Amino acid sequence: MPKALRHVLFTLVPVVVAFALLPSVYSNQLLLFNFVIYLALTQGFNIIYGFTGYLPFGYVGFFGAGAYGFALAVMHLHFPPLAALGVGAVAAVLLGLVLTPLLRLSGAYFAIANLAASQAVFLIVSNPNLTAITKGPYGISLSGVFSPGFTYGVAVAILAATLGLVIYLRNSRFGLALQAIREDAISAGMAGINVVLSRTIAWLLSALVAGLVGGVFAWYISVFYPETVFDLGVSIFAIVFALFGGTATILGPILGVIILYGIYNVIGISTPQYFQLIYGVLIVGLVLFLPEGLVSIFKRRGIDVP
Amino acid sequence: MSPEPDTDTEADTGTGTTGTGTGTGTAAAPLLRIVGLVKRFGGFRALDGLSFHLKPGEILGLVGPNGSGKTTCINVISGLYRPDGGQILLDGRAIGGLPSHRLVHLGINRTFQVPKPFMTLTVRENVEVAAAYGRRRPGKTDIEALLHSLELDSHAKRPASELNSVQQKMLDLARALATAPRILLVDELAAGLNPAELERVGERLKALAAQNIALVVVEHLMGFIDQVTDRVIVCNAGRGIFAGPLSAAIRDRQVVEVFLGAEDDGGAA
Ligand SMILES: Nc1ncnc2c1ncn2[C@@H]1O[C@H](COP(=O)(O)OP(=O)(O)O)[C@@H](O)[C@H]1O
Ligand SMILES: [Mg+2]
Repeated sequence: MPKALRHVLFTLVPVVVAFALLPSVYSNQLLLFNFVIYLALTQGFNIIYGFTGYLPFGYVGFFGAGAYGFALAVMHLHFPPLAALGVGAVAAVLLGLVLTPLLRLSGAYFAIANLAASQAVFLIVSNPNLTAITKGPYGISLSGVFSPGFTYGVAVAILAATLGLVIYLRNSRFGLALQAIREDAISAGMAGINVVLSRTIAWLLSALVAGLVGGVFAWYISVFYPETVFDLGVSIFAIVFALFGGTATILGPILGVIILYGIYNVIGISTPQYFQLIYGVLIVGLVLFLPEGLVSIFKRRGIDVP
Repeated sequence: MSPEPDTDTEADTGTGTTGTGTGTGTAAAPLLRIVGLVKRFGGFRALDGLSFHLKPGEILGLVGPNGSGKTTCINVISGLYRPDGGQILLDGRAIGGLPSHRLVHLGINRTFQVPKPFMTLTVRENVEVAAAYGRRRPGKTDIEALLHSLELDSHAKRPASELNSVQQKMLDLARALATAPRILLVDELAAGLNPAELERVGERLKALAAQNIALVVVEHLMGFIDQVTDRVIVCNAGRGIFAGPLSAAIRDRQVVEVFLGAEDDGGAA
């Protein structure tokens, strides 16, 4: 499949190689790690929103489930970190399964219900009565598995797998079916697509990505609070980055993260007032002039955007 | 043919007027049998005991005033709604309430009164996805030929949203045909077409029937109904009030009463 190969060569390979090599020339590994986290999360969001059309405001819930799944497996089951990562992924997918009935809702109703669901999970995890299990509001400390160098590599591997998954969706019949569902679920049924099954698969894949990312995040920072991993800001960043770059493409969310998260880190922390102004202007400008994201500049010129 | 309300007889009403494809004329078993179909919306019965049958290669017209339940009938048969009563039998097997994709795999497909293409996908992708997912038997749909036959080939790479409404209707038809249906339900395909296009679409539907596809054609334009159908069912308030050839329908007292006062599209040819 030459087109898929081109997508691998122009998106996955440069991004993964760059982030694999950057730590040797740039010392702020935590910053690079956060970029990798957002690159993967934004693509996970892209799977459910870009391809299937569901806007999950509570996407961070899967991230948090992954982080806590990882932490609980390490603390209580004494799993080695890689196995605990699997537990984090399973926790997120199980949460996704529990939430599949939400897929019957659409538009804002789905977005709000998903937001509420992620808050419910947050409240359960941070409940002081569950301190024996989740450490409640007092947070997690996993100093025993702290190993940032290796964990960074695992995060890059998760990013590579996620990009591979999105490239598959971008080039496969299944990805086309998901987009058909996004455009018109009734017509998709008449095209012979099993709508319920297909969108459930997309939803669970999207949860899986966030669960893995949450798990590797917990592993990397090893000390965190419920508010850290259920922070709605994480959902909002992933959503804004993906929409800014352009969803249902591979390149769009990558550009969104590099540009917006880049700006955030350059000026957002030092001079937050300017940062918010610039962010606001960029986003308003985009909504007005490029509602389909940055990549639509190329699409309009007939260029096939990966 | 004697007009018979709520037909559910095995009598062959398509007595050799228009060509019925490869049908031998003798008792071809009905492919689809609708028996006493009921669909309620709240307390309102949009379908209230509708019955008819459909044979391979036959074109059945479904006519009636606006709101008489024609689209609802197609929606129920194609799995958008569950029936609230009655039966839908395909080859004698009850299929009422199956999800759309299952029905598509059993060979049922349709077009929509207001076309519903996948707007951001290209014309070709619209058809490709149906060919990939919708066929009941493994096989290859000749997408180029299909697009060509519906005059969509020159737009293949454009997004469906850029098509005009007639082209979108043809794309709906192309998507349905890409699944190689045995039964095709066509909802007001002719509305908005110019006379030359009407003629071509009519011939196209007849060619499908000649390939042994069974068609239900919902239409207000009586000239078009006359051109393509072997037989019509006249609906009123969710029931069939007449079954037989159009020429007999227009002499039927009850049919005339229903249509007087409900003449909305100047439909009489
Ligand atoms: N989804 C629905 N909800 C409520 N009422 C409906 C719905 N669909 C159709 N109806 C009603 O059912 C009746 C039949 O509609 P329809 O089948 O569209 O008629 P036709 O296609 O013959 O013009 C109308 O009175 C319509 O308002
Ligand atoms: Mg109608």
